[in-house]
Parts: sequence; structure tokens; C-alpha cells
Amino acid sequence: MKNLNSYTSLPDKDGHFGVYGGRYVPETLMPLVLAVEKAHEQAKADPSFQAELDYYLKHYVGRPSPLFFAQRLTEHLGGAKIYLKREELNHTGAHKINHCMGQILLAKRMGKTRIIAETGAGQHGVATATVAALFNLPCTVYMGELDIERQKPNVFRMRLLGAEVKPVTSGSRSLKDAMNGALRDWVANVEDTFYIIGTVGGPHPYPAMVRDFQAIIGRETREQMMQAEKRLPDSLVACIGGGSNAMGLFYEFLNEPSVAMYAVEAAGLGLDTDKHAASLAKGKQGILHGMRSYFLQNDDGQIQEAHSISAGLDYPGIGPEHAWLFDAKRVSYVPATDDEAVAAFQQCSRLEGILPALEPSHALAYAAKLAPTLPRDHLMVVNLSGRGDKDIFTIANRLGVTL
Amino acid sequence: MSRITARFAALKAVKKKAFITFTSAGDPDLKTFAEILAGQPKAGVDLIEIGMPFSDPVADGPAIECANLRAFAAGITMVKILALVASFREQDEETPIILMGYANPIYAYGLEKFTRDAKKAGVDGLIIADLPPEEDSELRKLAQEQDIDIIRLVTPTTDAERLPTILNGASGFLYYVSVAGITGSKQASVAPVRRAIEAIRPHSSLPVGVGFGISTPEQARDIAQTADAVIVGSAIVKRIETNLDAQGRAKACLVNDVLAFIETLAQATHNS
Repeated sequence: MKNLNSYTSLPDKDGHFGVYGGRYVPETLMPLVLAVEKAHEQAKADPSFQAELDYYLKHYVGRPSPLFFAQRLTEHLGGAKIYLKREELNHTGAHKINHCMGQILLAKRMGKTRIIAETGAGQHGVATATVAALFNLPCTVYMGELDIERQKPNVFRMRLLGAEVKPVTSGSRSLKDAMNGALRDWVANVEDTFYIIGTVGGPHPYPAMVRDFQAIIGRETREQMMQAEKRLPDSLVACIGGGSNAMGLFYEFLNEPSVAMYAVEAAGLGLDTDKHAASLAKGKQGILHGMRSYFLQNDDGQIQEAHSISAGLDYPGIGPEHAWLFDAKRVSYVPATDDEAVAAFQQCSRLEGILPALEPSHALAYAAKLAPTLPRDHLMVVNLSGRGDKDIFTIANRLGVTL
Repeated sequence: MSRITARFAALKAVKKKAFITFTSAGDPDLKTFAEILAGQPKAGVDLIEIGMPFSDPVADGPAIECANLRAFAAGITMVKILALVASFREQDEETPIILMGYANPIYAYGLEKFTRDAKKAGVDGLIIADLPPEEDSELRKLAQEQDIDIIRLVTPTTDAERLPTILNGASGFLYYVSVAGITGSKQASVAPVRRAIEAIRPHSSLPVGVGFGISTPEQARDIAQTADAVIVGSAIVKRIETNLDAQGRAKACLVNDVLAFIETLAQATHNS
């Protein structure tokens, strides 16, 4: 029996988190979406599915990822004791592999023979191409033309892994349009194709399913923190585009009132400009990509383009569970700008010897503001959701360096 | 009796099939669109679908997405779409008008205000591509209060288990999506469409219209043998596109050429 007063009893049977979530997809996709839901429910109840997933997470992905005490960063900031959850050490260099492994095992279970995905920064695309190679399934990744330009290394990685990268030239030519491209492909290829969605978004069951596959981040963090400090962390900080790494870290702790949570939205050039990706701070309720949530949009309900230096956060919406947690005020949603993220990137590189991806650099930027205001016995966990090698060209360009 | 029901009944009485067009509101500009709209009943169009442009039309192919972009460039808004319908209604009291689009713009407008204003403008039905039966109850209740039909979609993926969910609450007519895919992407073939319609008939007395893969008079004639209505969208939208000059402006011949094309499709449907 689920506890109705808890923060972990949703979604309901139709995939709603309060008014958010749901299944807002063309009728052609409905039978398939319902079939994915059924397969996910059955897999969750099947110990052999979990055993197979655990096997690959341990021996292929390299889990558990370490929880590392960032001593120099802590000393430099002079406040909270900062731990980094090292998701960037996973195979393929980000947390995305967690939900890709889960979803491809589900695709196999459903007898699907072709994989599609959307990608922004390319991390989810690389992770999808990786598991598709591992399980010998053809894979097509949709990617906005603009992102193909700014994430060249990941585009090449996907091709090396045998995936086809299809440029999307419509709209803002970034993550939102890549998702449109993948949905259009799915509608036309419902019989054989499984869509591996890269965030806690899309139609039900994806938001709950991706969360379930990512929740291992929080479960490990709890155990590792108990071992290191004999108590729970006091705060969690994660960046948020669609919200998969944040949901993965937070979910385990939602019902622990002592744990504060900060999800950092990409504020781009600033929240006072129209160049940002802060769908909670600046968006309105709406419906896109199969879900009801918050979206950046104009008064006439047309979706607006998002902006962030980080391709992975450059999305005008957010997962429905985050929309619900935002309304419920369980998680604080806070901003970090492009400039702050770049500064945090450099700070983490020099102090800890870790190049963080531009996405978690937003989390590090907020942590750098928050930590000095907190006592030295405050335990803070920052989710280092991806490695920064893919971003060196963007950073070089920013710093006026030609590579 | 609603305009949609009345129109299907009148056609049935003379053993004719209905011809339905789709164009995007405001494409290629508001004035030209209004002229195409006004000319359609005389060209033989029985019901008119008008697209409400959306920034992210995931059920549509490139032809309709481009039409949407032209409409946005021409300054189309939800208010202007309803004004176009209202001005059509001043000339034509009988041809049913169906608005087709996506959920977000009408949620942003406000569902209650939208259904009220749509009725006032003279709208008879709504097709919302990303509101499956599981999610349309809020809109359907408000639409019913205004006697606006919510037209449900049946697709090649609809099986016997799914069909009752779609039929429960359907009104006006059923829209059979003849290909699994986006608008204008594949060609409909007659045999599977016939089988699909035969599977629907025992469970519903609503007329069945077929759309998504029909672009020529020959196809319209073939599909009309088995369907109650033939719906053509992308092909007409492409016809509009071919009548634009290098700057994207409507050439003087656009309205006549598009209406002539529509007339050939209508005749093929009616003479089936």
C-alpha cells in the first residue's frame, strides 16, 4: 500500500503527477505507449530482469560510482563539506547509461529490433548508441543541427559505435526539435521500434521509468554517505534540463525531511533576458512531447526556444515530476548562468582535477554560492552527472582559445 | 442536428461521399487564406478542416510544418483563426468547420474560453492530434456544452482492444488515419483501408473519413469507394507552396489554381 502522504507515491495509474504528466501523444502511438507501460510493470516485478540489469550495471557500466569528498573545493569555498557523486566515471562518461541500459533490456524483452533516441549534448545519444552496439540493434539518433555543430566529438563517437546520426533542421535545431524528429520516426515505425527517451520526460511511463532506472544514484549515495559520515546528507545539488540526473539523486531522499534539495536550471544569459532554459522560473503550464508540465512559451501557446551554453540543458520544458515537486515546494529550483557555469567548470578542473561537463557545472556553480553560507558540518552532495571532455571546444571558444 | 451530422446525412441521401480539405490557418497570408476558404464550398468542398498552427507539430510532416511557419510569419494567432472562421460564417451558414491542431495553444487560450469563442465564431468540431481519449475528457466536457464535436482518430495501430476506448465519446465522424506516420509521408493503399473500415462499421454508426495519405484525384476516387469522406491536406498545402514567388509571397494566380486543384479532388470524390 502506498503512503498517500509521501512524495514517492506518484504517478497515478494514468501517469499523472498531480495535473502533470499523462500521455499526450498521437493516437497512432497510444497502443505502443500502453505496451511499454505494461512491459515496464512486468519487468519491475521480475527478479530476473533486475538481476540482468544489475549484472550489466556492475560489469559494463562500472557501478557503483564513487562518492568522493572534494576536499580542496570544500576548503576553497570555506563552508559545507562537499561530496561529488561521480556519475562521470560511468562507462560513456555520464549518468545517461543508467536509463539506457534499463530501456534497452526492456526493448529486448518486448522483442523490438530497432532503437531510436534524441540527444542534445550527445551524452544520451552516445549512451544509446553504446547499448545498441552491445545488444546488436540498429540505432538512429536524432540531433539538432546546432547541437551537431557544438558537440562534434560526441557525433563522431556515435558514428564509431555504429549509430546513424540524423540532423534535425527544423525549429531551434536543438534538443526540443530532436525530440520532435524522434517522435515522428516512432509514429512511422511503431511495429519494430523502441524509443529510448533520454530524460524523465515524454509520455507515461517514460518519466517514471527513467526515474526508476536513475534512482540507483540516490540509493548508492545514501549507502556511501552512511559509510563515510554515519548519517544522511543535508543537501543535494543537481543540474536540470529535463531532469533525469536530479530525479535520480533526489528520489531516494524525497521522504527525508532533513535533506534539502536544489535543482539548478540553466539561466543562460540571465533570467532577465529571453536567452535561458529556465522552464520553471520563467515558463508556464503546458503540453508538449507527450506530457503536461512547465514550458517556455509565448502568450499564444507557441513553444519558445531555450538557450544554454550547455546543449544538454537547452530544452524549453522539464519532466512532470519536477513540475509537481516545484508546486509542492519539496525541491528548490534555482538558476545558474552560462558565465557562472564556465567559472565553475574551471574551478572544479583546477581544484579537483576533474573536468566536469557543462551541465553539472551549473550544479557546481550553485554549490559554490551556497556552500560558503553553510556550516562546516553541513554535508552537501553535488551530482557530477557527466565529464567535460565533450565541452572543451565550447570552453576554448569561450576563453578565446583556438584548438 | 449539428452542421457535421446534417451535412453527412444530406450527402448520404443523395448517395454521395464527402470531400474534406485541410489547410493551415493564415497560410500563406491571412488575406489569401480567407479567399481560399471562401471559395471552397463552390469548389465542391463539403466540410472544411482548418489547421491551428503550432510550433512543434509532431504528427505533421514537412509540408504542413512549412505551412505553419508561413502562417506564423503572416502573424497568425488563435484570435485571428477564430476571426477567419467568423468571417467565413457571414457568407456560409452550412459548411461545417473543424479546427485541427495541438493541445498547447488551446490550453494557453483557456479551454472554457476557447470552446465558447469557437462556438461563437461558428466552429463545429475539433481534432486535437495530441489529446488521445485518455486525456481529452476536460476539453470534451466543455465542447459538448457548446455542441462542438470532438472527432476521434482511429489508426492502423488500433486493435479490437483499443477501438472501444476511441469510440466511447466520439461524435461527428471518425477520422481514419490511413498510414502509420506523419501527414503527407506515405501513400494510402485501398485494401488495408477497406479492411480497417470494415472492422469499425459493426461498432459505430458514425461516418468514417479517411486522411493522411491521399494526394491525387485517383486516390480520392478509390478511397471514396469505401469511406464516407476523403480528407486531403498536405497535397493542397503543397499546391499553395508551388504558387509562391521567390520571396514567399502569393502569386496572383494562387487562389484560382488552388481552388481548381481542390475542385478536381472534390469531383473525383463525388463521382466515385
